[in-house]
Amino acid sequence: MAKFYNSVRLDESLCKGCINCIKRCPTEAIRVRNGKAVIRKEFCIDCGECIRICQNHAKLPTYDSLDIMKNYKYTVALPAPSLYGQFNNLYDARVVLTALKLMGFDDVYEVSGAAELVSELSREYVRTHEDQWPIISSACPTIVRLIRIRFPNLIPHLLPILPPVEIAARLARKKAVEESGLAPEDIGILFISPCPAKVTYVKAPLCIDKSEIDGVLAIKDVYPHLLTPMKQAALGPENLAISGKIGIGWGSTGGEAGGLLSDSYLAADGMENVIHVLEDLEDEKFHDLQFIELNACSGGCVGGVLTVENPYIAQAKLKRLHKYDVVARSHLDTTPVKDPGWQNKLEYEPVFNLGDNLLDSIIKINLVEDLCKRLPGLDCGSCGAPTCKALAEDIARGLASENDCVQVMREYLKQITSPFSMLDRDFQKEKASEEKEKKV
Amino acid sequence: MDVQSSTPGVVLKYVVSPNDFTRAGEASSNVKNILKQMGISPDVIRKVSIAMYEGEINMVIHANGGDITVTITPEKIEMVLRDDGPGIPDVEKAMQAGYSTAPEQVRSLGFGAGMGLPNMKNYTDEMKIDTVLGVGTTVTMSVYIS
Repeated sequence: MAKFYNSVRLDESLCKGCINCIKRCPTEAIRVRNGKAVIRKEFCIDCGECIRICQNHAKLPTYDSLDIMKNYKYTVALPAPSLYGQFNNLYDARVVLTALKLMGFDDVYEVSGAAELVSELSREYVRTHEDQWPIISSACPTIVRLIRIRFPNLIPHLLPILPPVEIAARLARKKAVEESGLAPEDIGILFISPCPAKVTYVKAPLCIDKSEIDGVLAIKDVYPHLLTPMKQAALGPENLAISGKIGIGWGSTGGEAGGLLSDSYLAADGMENVIHVLEDLEDEKFHDLQFIELNACSGGCVGGVLTVENPYIAQAKLKRLHKYDVVARSHLDTTPVKDPGWQNKLEYEPVFNLGDNLLDSIIKINLVEDLCKRLPGLDCGSCGAPTCKALAEDIARGLASENDCVQVMREYLKQITSPFSMLDRDFQKEKASEEKEKKV
Repeated sequence: MDVQSSTPGVVLKYVVSPNDFTRAGEASSNVKNILKQMGISPDVIRKVSIAMYEGEINMVIHANGGDITVTITPEKIEMVLRDDGPGIPDVEKAMQAGYSTAPEQVRSLGFGAGMGLPNMKNYTDEMKIDTVLGVGTTVTMSVYIS
C-alpha cells in the first residue's frame, strides 16, 4: 500500500498553468512546472481547496462511478449525514433512505447511526483520558493527514477511534451477510460521500490495514437519481432510520462535539482556521478544554467538494430536519461494536525536512534565509512556487533554480543587455546630431 | 529577521514590538517552523517553542519589547531575549508559580497568570537571568538536542 495517496487528479488539457491553486494550497503542495500544476504527493492532505479554486476545472476529485454497483450481487448504500442537507422540503430522513433503495441499492445503513455509536465511545474515551486533553477529533481524514505531516506533538491527542463510516461499513456487511445469505465478498458496501478525502481514506487508510468500504460515490452523482424516487418514497417511507439528532448533527461543524454532551470543547472549520487552532494548541495556549473538533471544509462535511448545496444552506436544512427528532436511535447496548479502536499507531511523517541530517539542514536553512533576502519577496507565483520562501526551499532541495524567478531573470537580462543599450544610446545620439547637421 | 551564517549553526534574530499582542508569538512560531524543517525532534521543538513564546509575551507585557537571538547548533538551541525594560526587582519571587505583576488589562486578555518564568525554566535545560533595575533584562535559555 502506498504511504502517500492523493484523491486529486489533474486534467492536463484544461490546466492553464495559472497560480490560483498553488496560492490556495494550505501545505504548499503544488508547483507549476512546464506550464502545468504538479502535486507533491507527500505534502498533499486531500483538503480539496485546489478543486474549489480551479476556474478551469482542471483539478478533478477521484471517486467511483455509479457503475460500481453492478460489480456486486448485493449492494448497501452508506449515506453520509450531509446527504440529507442537499434537499429542499425534506422533513423525514426516511424518504431519502427509501429512495436509495428505489434507486437500486438492496439496503441502506445510515452513517449517522454509526456516528451515534462513535459519540458514545468518544464520551467514554474523553472521560477516561484526562491526561490527553484536549482530545482532537479524527473523523476528518484531511485533519489526520495534516497532523501526521505537520503537528507531531499533537498525534497523542488524536481520538484513536475509527470514523463513523468505517464502523457503519462493518455493521452493514454483517447485516447484509445475515440477511442475504451471500458471501461477504459478494456484497458491495458503497459510501455516498461529500468529499474525495474519504477516497484516500479507503485506498490508503492510516490506522487500520484495510477498510471495509468497497467504493466511494459522490453525493453530486447520486443526488439527481434520488429526486424522482423521493416523490414516490414520500408516500410511504420504509422505516430505515437508525439515527436521531446526534447522528445527523455530525454533518455540520459542531455536531461531533455536540454528541459528547459536554460544553468543554471548541469546533473549528476551514483549513486556515484549523491550522491556526493546531498551531496554538501545539504551543499549549489552550487550557481546560476536553475536546477539539476540526473539519477541513467550511461548515463541516456539508462543505465537501462533492456536495451540491451551499454548505450554509445545507446546515440550515439539517438543523430543520432533526429539530424535533429523538436525541439518538443507535446505542452500544443494542448495537455493540467489536474493536472500534485504531489498529495501527499513527506515525509522524517529517515530509517538510530540508536536509538529510542536522548539519545538512543547518546548511540548507542558511541557504533558504540567504535566498529569501535576494529574492524580491513579491510572492507573485510566476516561478511556479506559491511564495518566494517556497522557491528558496525548492532551490535548497535541488528542485528549482534562482533563475526561475522572473524578477531575478529580468535583472540579469538588464545586466547582460546593458552594453547593447549603451550602443543603442550612442547610435541615437549620432543620428540626432546628423539630422541636426542636415537641417543646418 | 536577520540571519548570519556562521557554520555550523543557524543564527536567527527577531525584534519584538512593544504592546502589540496581535503580533506576540510571531518569533516563536517562526522558530518552530524552522526547527520542524530541520528535522529536530518534536519534543525539543515543543520545549523551545513554549519557552520562547512565554518569553516573547513577557517582553511585550513588561518590557516594551526587545530583541531575540536564537542560535541553533548541532548540540543545542540557545535563545537570548534582551530588553531595555524596568528590570525584575525580585527574581526569586518572579520565579514562583502564580506570582504576577501584570496589569489588570493584560490579565483580562488571558495573559499574566504568573506562569511565564516558571514555564520557561521548566521547559528548558538551562536558564540564566541577568537583570538590572531601570536598565533591562537578558534571559538566556538553552535546550539541548540529544
